Amino acid sequence: MSAAALPARGALRAAWPWLALAAGSGLFWSFLDARLTRDLLDWLPYLASGFVMNVLISVLAMALGTLGGVVLGAMELSNARVVRAPAVAYVQLFRNAPHLVLIFATTYIFPFEIVVAGSYLPFPDWLKAVLGLAVPACAYVAEIVRGAILSVPTSQWDAARGSGLSRGQTLRWIILPQCLRRALPPWMNLYASITMSTALASLVGVHELLHAATDASTAVRRDDFTIAVYLTVLAAFFLFCFPISRLTRRLERRFAPR
Amino acid sequence: MAQDHTPRPILVELRDVHLSFGAAEVLKGIDLTVAKGDAVSIIGPSGSGKSTILRCINGLAQPHTGRITVAGTRVDTLRTEAERIALRKRVGIVFQQYNLFPHLTVLENITLAPTRILKVPRAEAEALARDLLARVRLADKVSAYPGELSGGQQQRVAIARALAMRPELVLFDEVTSALDPEMVGEVLAVIRELVRDGLTSILVTHEMRFAEEISDTIAFTENGRIVAQAPPAELFYRSGNPRIRQFIGGFQGYRDAVQHREGI
Repeated sequence: MSAAALPARGALRAAWPWLALAAGSGLFWSFLDARLTRDLLDWLPYLASGFVMNVLISVLAMALGTLGGVVLGAMELSNARVVRAPAVAYVQLFRNAPHLVLIFATTYIFPFEIVVAGSYLPFPDWLKAVLGLAVPACAYVAEIVRGAILSVPTSQWDAARGSGLSRGQTLRWIILPQCLRRALPPWMNLYASITMSTALASLVGVHELLHAATDASTAVRRDDFTIAVYLTVLAAFFLFCFPISRLTRRLERRFAPR
Repeated sequence: MAQDHTPRPILVELRDVHLSFGAAEVLKGIDLTVAKGDAVSIIGPSGSGKSTILRCINGLAQPHTGRITVAGTRVDTLRTEAERIALRKRVGIVFQQYNLFPHLTVLENITLAPTRILKVPRAEAEALARDLLARVRLADKVSAYPGELSGGQQQRVAIARALAMRPELVLFDEVTSALDPEMVGEVLAVIRELVRDGLTSILVTHEMRFAEEISDTIAFTENGRIVAQAPPAELFYRSGNPRIRQFIGGFQGYRDAVQHREGI
């Protein structure tokens, strides 16, 4: 916990001048127009509820993507063609597909409710957006995992198999644990990128931050407010993603081969 | 080294083993016999296939033709992974680059395979690991990570890791070649003790003086063949083969230095 908190604090310190600049210009603006500030503050809880959805979608998509990606990444390195080929095909296909297209696809392919054991369960749009982003996330994580596995020296495989471990056991107990630190920085980069892509969900009607901003802008119908609200959206994503990317760079430096 | 000379059962036998990597023919008909309790050293020029012979014996490499028998198991006919695992439980291997698992402590490195593969109870496996660490003189390094140890210490842990499976045979693949000179002695001392206690072992080595001292027989490889297998005195001093005489002769000055350094 403390080990993780320390670099996070460092990242926050690095972001401090930017935060000060944003806060300063915001304050300056509010002196110019008090009404704008009041309106913005009124809409802030609504915008925040939207942003919670962005975070939820990104966390779930990344969790699914990681689970699937680890399996796919290991499959990509299999000796058996029947195992390797589908994994490679999946990765190549979805690594090269626009996220927005995938979100549209999952939105319209899946029904709005599903039948489980006789009862109808709703299948809301935000959950479809999660799937839409989890699909490419799987492919990206698979590549990260594959690269990390290949970066472990083959002599580790020899040593493990020489001790009587099977291929799967070697992967599970010897290779993957060593991949963790190598894969963490690119994994966090991916998380930041997936988080930014959650804004695309607004286009299929998911109530997230960008959607909320559009609602606010339509309701207030004033140009200065519209500008302010979208700047707020930008600031929210920046404040969420910037510390992650700073932390990633720190970890990359720390884990760099010496 | 064995003191008695009653014939002992054969533990390892290679007959006419051939192996190619692509177009390169690495083994061109290897014959090797190791009796139970024997220490056999394989010496010879670099690239003559010494390490590949060891990898064939524990199934890490698959020969194309020829017969390999280890403790009654026909290694060359093993097809499934389960069969090879059954073999590797009984044959330990120690590598030139130690190859310890860097994310595990010394104790975990040694207990991993016994607890997970042999299903030895943890307490028992840890007790054995501590015994083995005491034997390789590293009792105080139980909870250290490999990265915190010197090369010589890591190699001794690797030896303990191989022994923890209670193998019938241990393969030593140039285990001192990657070590700084001052650490070679401590590793050789450990192996010397193990051989004295009757461990069956096959050693690929460039330490001629050491091979001469501990081996029951020495095999000389050249160009993918075992040119001769004989007791050390015979191979080192009475061989009629000019290539062997030349190879041994090339080590003469080096041998004196080793003798001096180790005091053996």
